Amino acid sequence: MKNLSQTKNVHKGNISRALYRFTKSPLSLIGLSLVLMMVFIAIFAPFIAPYPEDAKNAVHFKDMFQPPSLKHPFGTDEVGRDVLSRVIFGSRISLMLGVIVLSIAVLIGVPLGLLAGYFGGIVETIIMRLTDIFLSIPSLVLALAVSAALGPNLRNSMIAISFSWWPWYARLAYGETLKIKEEEFVEADESLGVSRIYIALREILPNMTSSLIVKVSLDLGYAILTGASLGFLGLGAQPPTPEWGTLISLGRTHLPGMWWLSTFPGLAIFVTVLGFNLLGDGLRDFFDVEVE
Amino acid sequence: MSLYFTLRRISHMVLVLLGISILIFFLARILPGDPARLTLGPEATKEQVQNLRHQLGLDKPIYIQYYMFLKDLMRGKLGVSLITKRDVSKDLLQRFPATLELVCFAMTLAIIIGIPLGVESALHKDKFIDYFSRIFAFTGVSMPRFWLGIMLQLIFAYVLSLFPLTGRISGMPPRHITGLYILDSILTGNGRAFVDSLSHIILPATTLSLSPLAQITRLIRANMIEQLRKDYTIVSRIGGMPENLNIYKFMLKNAFMSTLTIIGLLFGWMLGNAFLVETVFSWPGIARYGVNSVLRKDFNAVIGVTLLVGFGYITVNFIVDLLYRYLDPRIRLRK
Amino acid sequence: MRTDEPILRIEDLAVYFKTIDGDAKVLDGVDISIHKGEVVALVGETGCGKSVTGKTILGSLPIPPAKIVRGRCFFKGKDLLSLDKDERREIISNNISYVPQDPMTSLNPVFTIGEQMLALIRWHGKKRAGLRAFLGRYNKRDDSWGKAIELLNKVKIPSPEMILNRYPVELSGGMRQRVLIAMSLIGNPSLLIADEPTTALDVTIQKGIIELIKEKVEEENLSVLYITHNLGVARKLSDRIYVMYAGNIVETAKTSELLDSPLHPYTQGLIKSIPKLTGEEFRGIDGRIPDYIYPPSGCRFHPRCDRAIEKCSMEKPKLLRIKDSHSVACHIYSYKEVTSVIDERSDITG
Repeated sequence: MKNLSQTKNVHKGNISRALYRFTKSPLSLIGLSLVLMMVFIAIFAPFIAPYPEDAKNAVHFKDMFQPPSLKHPFGTDEVGRDVLSRVIFGSRISLMLGVIVLSIAVLIGVPLGLLAGYFGGIVETIIMRLTDIFLSIPSLVLALAVSAALGPNLRNSMIAISFSWWPWYARLAYGETLKIKEEEFVEADESLGVSRIYIALREILPNMTSSLIVKVSLDLGYAILTGASLGFLGLGAQPPTPEWGTLISLGRTHLPGMWWLSTFPGLAIFVTVLGFNLLGDGLRDFFDVEVE
Repeated sequence: MSLYFTLRRISHMVLVLLGISILIFFLARILPGDPARLTLGPEATKEQVQNLRHQLGLDKPIYIQYYMFLKDLMRGKLGVSLITKRDVSKDLLQRFPATLELVCFAMTLAIIIGIPLGVESALHKDKFIDYFSRIFAFTGVSMPRFWLGIMLQLIFAYVLSLFPLTGRISGMPPRHITGLYILDSILTGNGRAFVDSLSHIILPATTLSLSPLAQITRLIRANMIEQLRKDYTIVSRIGGMPENLNIYKFMLKNAFMSTLTIIGLLFGWMLGNAFLVETVFSWPGIARYGVNSVLRKDFNAVIGVTLLVGFGYITVNFIVDLLYRYLDPRIRLRK
Repeated sequence: MRTDEPILRIEDLAVYFKTIDGDAKVLDGVDISIHKGEVVALVGETGCGKSVTGKTILGSLPIPPAKIVRGRCFFKGKDLLSLDKDERREIISNNISYVPQDPMTSLNPVFTIGEQMLALIRWHGKKRAGLRAFLGRYNKRDDSWGKAIELLNKVKIPSPEMILNRYPVELSGGMRQRVLIAMSLIGNPSLLIADEPTTALDVTIQKGIIELIKEKVEEENLSVLYITHNLGVARKLSDRIYVMYAGNIVETAKTSELLDSPLHPYTQGLIKSIPKLTGEEFRGIDGRIPDYIYPPSGCRFHPRCDRAIEKCSMEKPKLLRIKDSHSVACHIYSYKEVTSVIDERSDITG
């Protein structure tokens, strides 16, 4: 009993130290606030956006191509819609895309990696070779090929990105499982005859959560980036959906005169991705784990 | 370096390539969209479509189709492109040097700037240059590539008129030797083409290299900080080895070797992001060709591009592996 | 007994390490002197701060987290700690050399022995190396090649030409340590600091390396600070011994005197725990080295000391000379009557 309380204290000490490290790093705090800000904006978009109706098909021809002003801080587009409002609503699409893509990737990748790492043998060979094959095509190229086959729209672009993303999680779960499998408590369970599935779910899975959290928070930014890239190439959300990548692509045709059309949506992507990167980096220090 | 290793590595490569071909082939065939219908367009009659399906072997079982596809692939045939109406392999061969040049140039930029920046950040840990490179790194990896390209165009092409907006060369290309314009113009002593192609490649290469540059900087920094703590570094420093020699030769070789594998992976990243950069800068490479064929559902071309990119990526990683083994005596000399 | 100025004199050296929980007071007022041609052993348990002492002299402490709180370190009359980085580096690289603890990690794994030795011979002590140093490998007609062969012969390495073309991974630990000793002689040093140079080696090889160091010290007329946890090794090599406990020097005397009539309870414990077969690590004394962040008050040894008196937990004992060159930091001996008892006893044993 005494032993137990001691280990608990050590653990608590580690957490407060980690928290100390996290709060001492201004960049992590900036990252956290950027992410919270974007989430806030996405949730309350209809209340924040000055012209919520502009997120859809509104047309105000008399206001078209207005440069940034007090009335329209990000200017207006080719049919007079307020770019700021469209960018604000765009945050909903990008964040949703990031969350859905990573949920799918984790749900497919982690069980496969667990299976491969825990059971070994032929299961391992098949799953990990498959992972190798997927990873030897750059993910953006694979996502492009898949969304080409499925047809260009937002849902398909999310499927396409998840399709190219799961192998990373399979590999992460595989590596973590191999590491954890060697540890004493799992060996002890095995010798006690605890069922393998129970061990996998109850012992191994919880032990890889910190690596998973760090990887997911780093990847959220990149998934959003990839989603915007597909949108830019015309393979993601279609107009008039105010998806950031699509906005940039449309605005590009009006360069250099209407520079604000592509500048501001790009800044929004940049700030969001930067937020997730800074946060992920801080979390990596916080959990003290190494993730590619 | 053992022959055994090389052979095993090559056989692994062939297996992965085979895997990629299966993956891409089935992706293109199983998923919705009928190639025959797409070739003929919506006006064609059902019979016409049926005929073409038969002609193309699309009415045969899928594994026979794959076998036929593989047989053609072995002979370097990738089928006809719907857009250009030419053999896809010819299209790719013609456009490949442009992509190769762009990616190699960008990687060179990333390495020759990233290494000294990383080393100096490690030496001046937590000083100005380290903070600068850290912020630069976060910025570099967080910027959307296509947006960065557009911003560079806006500033350096439209406003300042320092560099051309798009394309690979304005005047006549240099005489064809390798297909890489910069290299060819050096080899043929063509100064005009050299300046011309160099000024065209600067903006797209900068766009493409920024994120790898940031990552290389961070990695070299981390590895150099580790090197600074190594016993051999301390021993030779106490022994009076000049700092510049100790850092840029003895420590850097170790640090660079640990970065090598990642540089291989970054090649893959660049090949993927070339699709965006080539689109923004109208760079006539395989990536832009790929984007166009994706948008127009030109399946043969999509399969071709994806295979070529996968092949290129695998080859680069193979070379990196060999290089690593060559550089590291601990592996090379292991019996 | 010598009266001339020592080649190295450390005075009241205190080094702390910054941690999240507070400062670890690793060295807390250390005094050490080494005279010309003298071999001094610094003995103590693992983690007592002896390596930190060596690193402070060599300027290879990682600062931060380490910080030098007070103290001076005179080398040939110049305080190394008050010099700027470049000056200190210059003095160290031209006068002091170093044999590291672990030969397995002390040679660069991706360069041949030749590349490492020749670069050091050619560019030793220079501020910057020329471009030539980065290009190509080396030339057998070079002067430095001959010098390298000469040095390798000195440390009795068979077929030195072949060794120069080898990578560290191809050499045994003992061979690597010989190479490192050869490299330490490059700058014709006057002071050698050896940090447990045999700990990482096989017992069978240790003897040869100790013999070699002993021989080189005599040949090159070196002064030596030999850091070790092994009193047996110290007995073989040294003229004088400093005993260190938890960042304090607790006793120093001529080697034979210290071993025959130790005064400090800690030293006595150390000597009792030497196994009869030399070369093995001693079994140690009950208790552990104290926490450096919250060290025991007064004498840091008092919680482990079976002869501790009330004063021990209240006041830190000073290093007091008891006789000739024998000094001890222990409150038991600050009483006159006890001192006389000791004198009697050492008269009998001596």
